[in-house]
Amino acid sequence: MLDFLFAPLRKLGHMTINAIWRLGYISRFLVALLAASGQSVRRFSLVIREVYFAGVLSLIIIVVSGLFVGMVLGLQGYNTLARFGSSDALGAMVALALLRELGPVLAALLFASRSGSAMTAEIGLMKATEQLDAMNMMAVNPLARVIAPRFWAGVISMPVLAALFNVMGIFGGYLVGVVMIGIDEGTYWSQTRNAVDLHYDIVNGLVKSLFFGIAVTLIAVFEGHEATPTAAGVSAATTRTVVTSALVILALDFILTAFMF
Amino acid sequence: MSIDPFIELRNVSFAYGERLILKNINLTIPRGKLVAVMGGSGSGKTTLLRLISGQFRAKHGEVIVDGKNVGAMNQRELFEHRRRMGLLFQFGALFTDLTVFENIAFPIREHTRLPEAMIRDLVTLKLNAVGLRGTQDLMPAELSGGMARRIALARAIALDPALMLYDEPFTGLDPISLGVIAHLIKKLNDALGTTAIMVTHDVHTSLDIVDHVYFVSNGEIVAEGTPDEVRASPSPWVHQFVYGEADGPVHFAFPAKTRLEEDLGLGQGGHHA
Repeated sequence: MLDFLFAPLRKLGHMTINAIWRLGYISRFLVALLAASGQSVRRFSLVIREVYFAGVLSLIIIVVSGLFVGMVLGLQGYNTLARFGSSDALGAMVALALLRELGPVLAALLFASRSGSAMTAEIGLMKATEQLDAMNMMAVNPLARVIAPRFWAGVISMPVLAALFNVMGIFGGYLVGVVMIGIDEGTYWSQTRNAVDLHYDIVNGLVKSLFFGIAVTLIAVFEGHEATPTAAGVSAATTRTVVTSALVILALDFILTAFMF
Repeated sequence: MSIDPFIELRNVSFAYGERLILKNINLTIPRGKLVAVMGGSGSGKTTLLRLISGQFRAKHGEVIVDGKNVGAMNQRELFEHRRRMGLLFQFGALFTDLTVFENIAFPIREHTRLPEAMIRDLVTLKLNAVGLRGTQDLMPAELSGGMARRIALARAIALDPALMLYDEPFTGLDPISLGVIAHLIKKLNDALGTTAIMVTHDVHTSLDIVDHVYFVSNGEIVAEGTPDEVRASPSPWVHQFVYGEADGPVHFAFPAKTRLEEDLGLGQGGHHA
């Protein structure tokens, strides 16, 4: 009789248990993945091949996005800073915003939607077309041969892509601030150099993107590996990769920022 | 059937949860023979293959391959077992991101340390055996269904397995490709001395090439024999299956609870007003 009261409660409980179960499941998957990573080290060419697909082919979107984000930061930053008469600090503002936050986070979001989704779809389709089964039947562990190289490729690519995003962003800020608006070039760069600390800003930013790389790639390969082997299943898994990655990146960013800065 | 069994299933049962798929199966396949397991869709014949390959473990009974109990193997022993086994999947399951050459070279590269020149020779010989030399640089997407099946066959035999498993090798092929695959399966079996088990419901093609047939229905072996015995079988079930008759021991119509007249509203009172 009180079902209308209990039904939502039951659903909430079910969702919570399901989420915890999934967290445990993905942790076990990570352990199995790490245990099967020996081959990725011995046959590094397998990883290199995946770095090409996940990293090199993401270059264009990372470079272009980085440039535009930097240019927009330049425009917005100049407007605000000029109001307080401190437009000289534009270089420092652009560089810090990018190195600490925007670079790692935006690069990871782009990486999740470009390479993460592609990884999920590819692995999911390999499962749907029995390619993973076929590998297993040839006495080859798909975790070692297919999943681990992709995982490590993602982990390696992410910080490099984030660094590139930062460089392009800072260059974009320079284009707007110095070339377009006409701030003094020497001031722009010296402000930037004075404000940025190698360890505090650059290394912390890269450590962030390393965490993001681990999270995004783990989610991507996990969702692909666990996808229901049908067209609808692979499509749902791909969507889950992008959505979960985005949420995890933002949540992780908050936690890491709280600890680092 | 013979003195030197390569595969033996002793009182094997298997269930998905509560649903019993195979019931008390006893089956022997002698070394070097080509045996077909036939039955309708959902009769449990693919499950039988998966028990032999070690993908599934029997609930009761033993699956013995070359003297070893597959059900008792750990992961390492299972991989050792599979290394001497080839499986042709229903739709080939070629790796879509690798060329034909790399597909066939895959098991060789994974399990041996042969020099590149020797791998090239081996792959060329396998391609030649299936009649597709010259296709090595194509991608799987560029192959027809029949060609893809032949490439998958070449990959399955890349390491000269002692045991070949064929899962519905004739499904979805045109008559010529079907004939080619059947001819190849027979030829490879004769040439390599491989023991082979083929799960299929293509009666006529299979009866032409196999040494022995088992019929599976509802998870049980209902008949067996050589192709000639099967063709002349007095069993109405086998007769219906072999000659593809629409009605017989396996009914054409679903056992509906109501009569057709009732469903159409044509009861005693005649048509509804």
